[in-house]
Amino acid sequence: MLIEVRWHGRGGQGIVTVSRLLAQAALLDGKYVQAFPEFGPERRGAPVTGYTRISDKPIFVHSQIYNPNIVVVVDPTLIGRVNVAAGLAPKGFIVANSERRPEELEGILGVKDAKVYVVNAMKIALDVLGRPIYNTAMLGALLKAAPLTTMDSLIKVISERFPGAVGEKNIAVIKRAYEEAVGVE
Amino acid sequence: MGRVMGLTGNEAIAYAVKQCNVDVVAAYPITPQTIMVEVISEYVYNGEMDAEFVCVESEHSALSACIGASLTGARVFTATASQGLALMHEMLYIASGLRCPIVMGVANRALSAPLNIHGDHSDMMGSRDCGWIQIYAENSQEAYDWVIQAFKIAEDHRVLLPVSVNIDGFILSHSMERVEVLEDWEVSKFLPPRKPLITIDPTKPITVGALCLPDYYFEMKFQQIQALKESFKVISEVNAEYETLAERKYGFLETYAMDDAEAAIICLGSTAGTAKAVAADLRSKGKKVGVIKPWVYRPFPEEELVKALGDVKALAVLDKACSFGAPFNALCSDVITTLYRYGKDLNVFNCLHGLGGRDITPSDLKIIFDEALEVAKTGKKGYVKYIGVRE
Repeated sequence: MLIEVRWHGRGGQGIVTVSRLLAQAALLDGKYVQAFPEFGPERRGAPVTGYTRISDKPIFVHSQIYNPNIVVVVDPTLIGRVNVAAGLAPKGFIVANSERRPEELEGILGVKDAKVYVVNAMKIALDVLGRPIYNTAMLGALLKAAPLTTMDSLIKVISERFPGAVGEKNIAVIKRAYEEAVGVE
Repeated sequence: MGRVMGLTGNEAIAYAVKQCNVDVVAAYPITPQTIMVEVISEYVYNGEMDAEFVCVESEHSALSACIGASLTGARVFTATASQGLALMHEMLYIASGLRCPIVMGVANRALSAPLNIHGDHSDMMGSRDCGWIQIYAENSQEAYDWVIQAFKIAEDHRVLLPVSVNIDGFILSHSMERVEVLEDWEVSKFLPPRKPLITIDPTKPITVGALCLPDYYFEMKFQQIQALKESFKVISEVNAEYETLAERKYGFLETYAMDDAEAAIICLGSTAGTAKAVAADLRSKGKKVGVIKPWVYRPFPEEELVKALGDVKALAVLDKACSFGAPFNALCSDVITTLYRYGKDLNVFNCLHGLGGRDITPSDLKIIFDEALEVAKTGKKGYVKYIGVRE
């Protein structure tokens, strides 16, 4: 089955990086993947999107993603400013970095058919990394919402990409985000 | 199975170049090819690749430096896109005329004006007749595999022509995909060091690219025509040897679901992937459609194309570059010429798509397949459509 994920963030928040980290982890699971940015010039601070496709079979399609199964909102300030739920496929998931309760966010986003998960990735990042870099936290929350990969694969990919203390801290971030992410009951 | 990596088209080409033991790289960065050159310069800088990386001030200089290096007998790579390829135009003909087996990665991008950094085939199609072997990849895997094969084809003494390996800008250049790579030693075994036919040497001076008047110029060009014809055999041999090594089968073109197909799409590059996905879906609904994807665009594989057609009745030929003022766009003209030469009368229509990066979606392709199936019945043919344009 082909799963399409859309990442929302701002230029400079590691949206391309996180879309690729997820794909790298799925590769370790033996899956076929694509990860690509919003095509065009890079724009620091502006709302941007990134994309990941994961499938058990080779992926032929090379068009853009219009109806993602999962939307991950990395930057909390985008909610209400960008229609993050645009085109979300039926029975889709929204995984958001937010201080709110999932039920509350569900109301704000006005989604009926989607399952909403939230995690306070900002707080986790500040607690563990001491810096507001919360893209990797969203990998943990995403894993809680949908088993697109495994914690083992994520840990392997993170330790390869960020060797040493940075990697270890990011793994701690992912684990904590996985624990703390909650969905609408 | 080879080692699996996650690589974008740019990274896949750079990785292949590293494994090909290239001696000289001269290139100038341009979107969307930049990362290809960046990664190679990193390989050279950190010692993973024992090559001379020549920083130049333009693409014209890049290819000029490559031509000089190639004439010394070196294995040479360059990369460009769009305006960069246009600026190289003069040197493209010199590279093929001097029979330099240079390999070039092209991250295809639209040409200005208006300024656009997104993918279409205007750049390479603008230099279609430059005497280079031209290959289009559908994904990162194919880009990787073709670069390794390209050096072997280019450097064969029966060919001695430059080769461009094309990937769709952004769609492939910036998309990370699963790529199975060979080990370094496997590539080295498949592609031993270049054995140049003639080299320039300061101790034994020769003239290269001398003035050639009407009494000989035509013969020089005729030799290039023959070398391109000869390359058919070499490409087949290299494909066969590569298949033994990598267990991936290449040829002049790929056919998908063409058995008993009534209608087919012919297109180059990444669009073929989406077309295959749509064809699979339509097949599951009983519609007899298939896809033909030329890997090798120059020399144009007429014989293989005719074989691939089977009993197909209608063809939608998808072009991603505009031949302004021509009856059809480039790929469609080649297909129709081939049909004429082989005495085949099929219902063909031409679809211009994807200019300046306009996305071609599965629903666009479904409409094109349906129209081709309709044309197979009605016999309507010979028209050009503009996919997704607001008139």
